[in-house]
Parts: sequence; structure tokens; C-alpha cells
Amino acid sequence: MENEVKLITGTMVTFTIAVAALVLIPYFQVRDIPAPDGLKPYTSAELRGREVYIANGCMYCHTQQPRDASFAPDAKRGWGRVSVPADYTYDRPHLLGSMRTGPDLFNIGVRQPSLDWNLGHLYQPRAYVKESIMPSYPYMFEVKDKADKDETVVNLPPGTAPEGKVVVAKPEALDLVKYLQSLKRNYPIVPADPQ
Amino acid sequence: MDSAVVSLLSAFVLSLIGLFAFMWSMRKGLFVENPKAAGTIFAPGEVGKADDPSLTPSGEARLQQAIDETQDKGRELQQAEDPQELEDRIEADRSTSFPAFMFIGFAVMWLVVGSLAGLTASLKLHWPDWLVGEAWETFGRMRTYHLTAVLYGWITNCELGIIVWLLPRLMRTPLRGPLFVMMGGALINVGIASAIGGFGAGWTAGMEYLEIPWQIGIFLVLGFVCIIIPVISTVVHRKAHEIYVSAWYHVGSLLWIALLFTVAKFPGAHYGVEQATMNWWYGHNVLGLWFTPAALGAIYYFLPKVIGRRVSSYNLSILGFWTLAFFYAQVGGHHLVGGPVPEWLITLSIVQSMMMIVPVAAFSVNMAGTMWGRMKLALYSPTLRFMMFGGFMYMLSSVQGSFEALRSVNRVAHFTHFTVAHAHLGAYGFVTMVLFGAVYFMLPRILRWEWPFPRLISWHFWLAAIGILIYFGPLTYGGWLQGLAMLDESRPFMDSVTLTIPYLYWRSIGGSMMVASHLIFAFHVLVMVLRFGPNRTGAALFNHEPRKLEVAHGK
Repeated sequence: MENEVKLITGTMVTFTIAVAALVLIPYFQVRDIPAPDGLKPYTSAELRGREVYIANGCMYCHTQQPRDASFAPDAKRGWGRVSVPADYTYDRPHLLGSMRTGPDLFNIGVRQPSLDWNLGHLYQPRAYVKESIMPSYPYMFEVKDKADKDETVVNLPPGTAPEGKVVVAKPEALDLVKYLQSLKRNYPIVPADPQ
Repeated sequence: MDSAVVSLLSAFVLSLIGLFAFMWSMRKGLFVENPKAAGTIFAPGEVGKADDPSLTPSGEARLQQAIDETQDKGRELQQAEDPQELEDRIEADRSTSFPAFMFIGFAVMWLVVGSLAGLTASLKLHWPDWLVGEAWETFGRMRTYHLTAVLYGWITNCELGIIVWLLPRLMRTPLRGPLFVMMGGALINVGIASAIGGFGAGWTAGMEYLEIPWQIGIFLVLGFVCIIIPVISTVVHRKAHEIYVSAWYHVGSLLWIALLFTVAKFPGAHYGVEQATMNWWYGHNVLGLWFTPAALGAIYYFLPKVIGRRVSSYNLSILGFWTLAFFYAQVGGHHLVGGPVPEWLITLSIVQSMMMIVPVAAFSVNMAGTMWGRMKLALYSPTLRFMMFGGFMYMLSSVQGSFEALRSVNRVAHFTHFTVAHAHLGAYGFVTMVLFGAVYFMLPRILRWEWPFPRLISWHFWLAAIGILIYFGPLTYGGWLQGLAMLDESRPFMDSVTLTIPYLYWRSIGGSMMVASHLIFAFHVLVMVLRFGPNRTGAALFNHEPRKLEVAHGK
């Protein structure tokens, strides 16, 4: 029996050390940090938009974690100050991301506040950034002859919409843009972070 | 307290503990070599005998001849055969053939699905307006199908198949509770299929490697429990005296994956930054504590078995196991270098990432010792070729990973395709290639039928091997350039996108070769299951004594 006991206890001990170090201690370290005054909980429309962001895998190409100026020129690219744990208080799940196939979106609401730009860019990114490799999301829009009274018509750059038709945004596109517009973490952070 | 003082103090305490552990293992005689344990996988008379069921009899004779030329003749061949041990193994194989076949069947199916989704995702990166009409076919979802289908569908199923097949052999006893194991397999695959359906409909938990929603995760956890209990019971009721190193790796990894998944998916427990550290703790450990140890365990069995020679140092392999268990479990934090998490956590992970060189060196030295002067045997045995390729890629990807964790390297490589290339080197070049080799060895024993078209095995190997190298090389280089462009504030961000396009094309070319190799593989498995092609030696348990087998299987 000695080997079985060694095997099971040994694997459990190493596992527990790792859980303690990488999950438990960070949990105790950040759980009591209050949300910054400038950070507001998401509204229900923004939360719906966040679900669209998650369902379409936006986080696979976009991060939401600008780095310190000593580390990378993120601030110089207009992506905002370095992020701190408190910025993510309302984020379930976290959307920090691991790739920058596209730019960081931590402060996209500051850089691109326009509804038209955001909707149009989702409909066809290459109408705005010629060499973009972001997918277009035509299924979030409807192409019609004429928009109904309560529908949002997307004002596209010339030549983008099909000839003689209008492009209207479906609710999921509007929610997603509301979420993107809400990404503004330009409030001040005092005291900086818990390190 | 000052963090410098804390880290110095903890380093001091750790070295004291290390010293005591060293003294204890000296007293226990753990440094005395243990050839008996290393020989557990051979019945008397088997050392020095070639064993590769994926070969035709003439191919096996050539392998045997090549082995004889390198063998220290006479010394080990003189043992008598023990009929009881062969009987035990026949019994063990009979008890596992159906569960193991079930896992491998599912694995091959998911491999085809997952790699087609991966190729589609790769093509979409340079053809962004291709297949965008429906939500389920866009990049964000294709990538998710790919990851879940290959990591959980292919690798997990195939490793479970190997564990279930191998463990009773190593323990010399039939598998306990095979029905439980099969129920576990069914639960896991129902979970994977529902998860992939859910992603198509937009239902995902939204974290890399943890996309499976927790409601579906319950199926996976229950499935693992159904498998762990019979596995532990088989170990406890073993007839073999020693627990061979493969079984250490396999049982350890099974316990780890079940716990990892449970902790990570615990509903409501994680949010914000802590969830990000948990995400990468899981993300790296699913590789480090599940895919890697299960694949290493397979190499530790199949490689010595094929060449009929004990692993050169049994103790080194056990050292490799414990250092991997300790160091690998803590490396996940290096994915957040520069991110909004406590600095000590990142430093800890970087240190442990570098320490990973210890188990990697233990494995590499051991394999080099076992194969020394016998490298050319790979020319004769397909199983060996896959295993050696995989073992070499394990060394390469682990060393690369250790250095990639360093802040200076990570600063460039992070957030780029460099990391994607590295992940594929580990999960494909190492783990998947080892799994292919294992399937080529196991299936003839499980189905009691030979591989109908041996030439297809070579096609599979070369397409997959060249494919992954084409995938890895350009993508690594392109990813590095991408990182440099992003760090150069004088260049616009779009530069870092446009410069990667040629490398993304190369990635799709390499990926197409890998997919082609999988289609060949799946076709070959299907043909074998349907019993097409020649039936040359019947049930091939020990090819050098086919008659014994025919008796055992009632022919």
C-alpha cells in the first residue's frame, strides 16, 4: 500500500500548494478592494452587449489590460493608463484576453464614442480600416429597402451598403455597441494597486 | 513586511525542507537504481524482443534484427518465459478492449471535427470576409469548437483510452468496473458534444480553455469520477509488485484533471482579476498536469516496449514525475506578465517555469540513455518514430516555454502569434504525436486485426511532422516580428497586423497538411474497424508467438 499512499498524498499536496499560490492567495488579496468611485456597474443593456461580446469570441483577439508605460507603449497608442485589479470589480467572467490580433479595448468607449462608427465597423471593418483582418458581422444587421420608424439605420461610408438598400442594426448589435461605449476606464485611481 | 524579506525567508525555509527531503530519500535508498521496477513492463523473456503491433511480420523481423545488432547479446535474453505473466496480460487486454476502443473511436472523430474547425479558423484570419453570414460560422466560434474538440475531444479521450488500456497491463490484473469506465466515457462525450453545440448557439463561459459552461462541466466531472474509481481500484488490486512510472504519471494526471476542472468551474466562486489568475492557473495546468504527464507516461511505456529494453534510469523517471508535479503546477501566472495582478505571483510563476528545466532534463537524459546507439530503430518502427518525435518536441517546447516566461522574452512574445505557435508545438508536436504512436500500437491489440495499409502510417507521420514544423517555424518568426512592431511606439498598430499576413498563410498551409494527415489516419482506423484488408497474423499480442495468442482467443 505504501506506493499508493505516496502517489495519492503526493499528488494532492503538490496540487494544493498550487491552488493556494495561484488561486486562494490572489482571491484574499483582491476580494476586499472596493470598486473605484468612477467605475459604475454595467446597465442591463450593457450586460446584454457583454454577452454578445463573449458569445462571438471578441476576447480571442482583443485584450482589456493596457500595460505600464515602462513595459509597452500602450498609453501612447491611446489605450489608456495601466489597469489595476479594482477596474475589474464588476467583470464576470473576466475578459482580460491573451491576444492582440486587434487593439486593446479597455478604453474603446473613449476613443470611438460614435454610434455610427461602431455599428458600421461591425458591419464591415474594412470600410474603415482598409487592411483590418477583423471578421465582418453581417448577421447582426438587416438589409432592407426601407427602415421602419423605430429602427436604427447605420450610416455607412459610400459604397459599403448594397445598392439602393439600407442597413439597419439588430438589437444585438446595438447592445454590443452600448457595451463597447461603456468601456471607459479614464477615472483616477487612488491608491494605485495592492502590490 | 517587505516583499524582498519575505522571498528571502521563504527561499531559506524551502531549502531547509529540500535538505530534509534529500536526507530522507538517502535513508530510504531512493537513489539506488531499481532495474526490477524498470522491468515491470516486460514478462520474462521479453527483454530484447521487438514489439510493435503496427508492423507486418517482415517489418517486425527487420526491427528485431536491428535490435539484435545493438543489443548487449546474451545477458538479458536468457530469462525463461513465464506463461502466467503472459496469461495475465491477455486477461488484462481482454478486459479493456471495449472501453479502450470506445475512447479511441471518440478521439478520432473529434480529431477530424476539431482540426477542420481549426483550419477554418486559420483561413479566416487572412480571409476575414469568408463564411461570415451566420453566427455559428464566425472566427470566434470556430476557434472555440477547435479548442474544445481537440483538447477535450481528441487529447482527453485518447489519453483516457491509453490509461484504461495500459493500466491493467502494468498492474497485471483485469480492469475493475469496466462498465463504470464506459459510463464515464459516455458522460464526458455527451458533455463535449453539448458544449460544442452550445458554442454554436452562443452559449459559452467566455474564458480560454474553460469555455465549457459549468452546467455542462458537471457531466465531465461526473465522467472523470466514474473513471477514477475503477482505475484506483485496479491499482489497489494489482498483481504486479511495483507501480511502474507510467502508472504514476497516469493516475496522478487523472486525479489532477478532475480536481482542476472542479476548482476552475466552481459556480460563482471566481470573478475579476482573481478569475484571470485562476484562468491561467487552469490553462497552463490542463497542459502541465493532464496532457503532459499522460503523454509522458505513454512514452515511458511504449518506447522501451518497442525496443525491448528497460528505461535507462528508473529513479530519474520518478524524479521527473515529482519535480513536474511540484513545479509545473505553479507556472500559470507567467501568462499575466505585465498584467494587473500582484507582482509576487508573476515572479513565483517565472521562477517555477525556469525550474521546469529539471523534469525536462530528467526525461531527456533518461530517453537519450535508453535510445543511445539505437536511434536508427526509428527507421523500422512507426510507433517508435512517433514517440521519438514527440519526446524531442517535448524537450524543445518545454525549454522554449521556460525561456518564454522570462519578462524580457515575454514582453515581446506575449499577445502575439508566437504564443499560439508555442502552444501548438506542445499540444501537437509533443502530445498529439505521442498519442498517434500509442494508437498505432494499441489498436491492433484491441481490435485483434492488423493495420491494413502500413504505407498510410508513413504518409500520416510525414504529413503531420512536416505540417507542424511549417506551422511552427513561420508563425514563431511572424509572431516575434508582430511583438516587436507592437512595442515600437513609432509604428502604427496596424503594422503589427499587416506584417503577419504572409506568416498566417504559412500557418494555413501547415495546418492543411496536418488536417490531411488526420483524414488519412481516420480513414485507416475506419478501414481497420470494418475489417478490410489483409489479416496477416490474427490477434497480435506477441508477434513472435502468434500461436499462443490464437489459443488464448479461442481460434
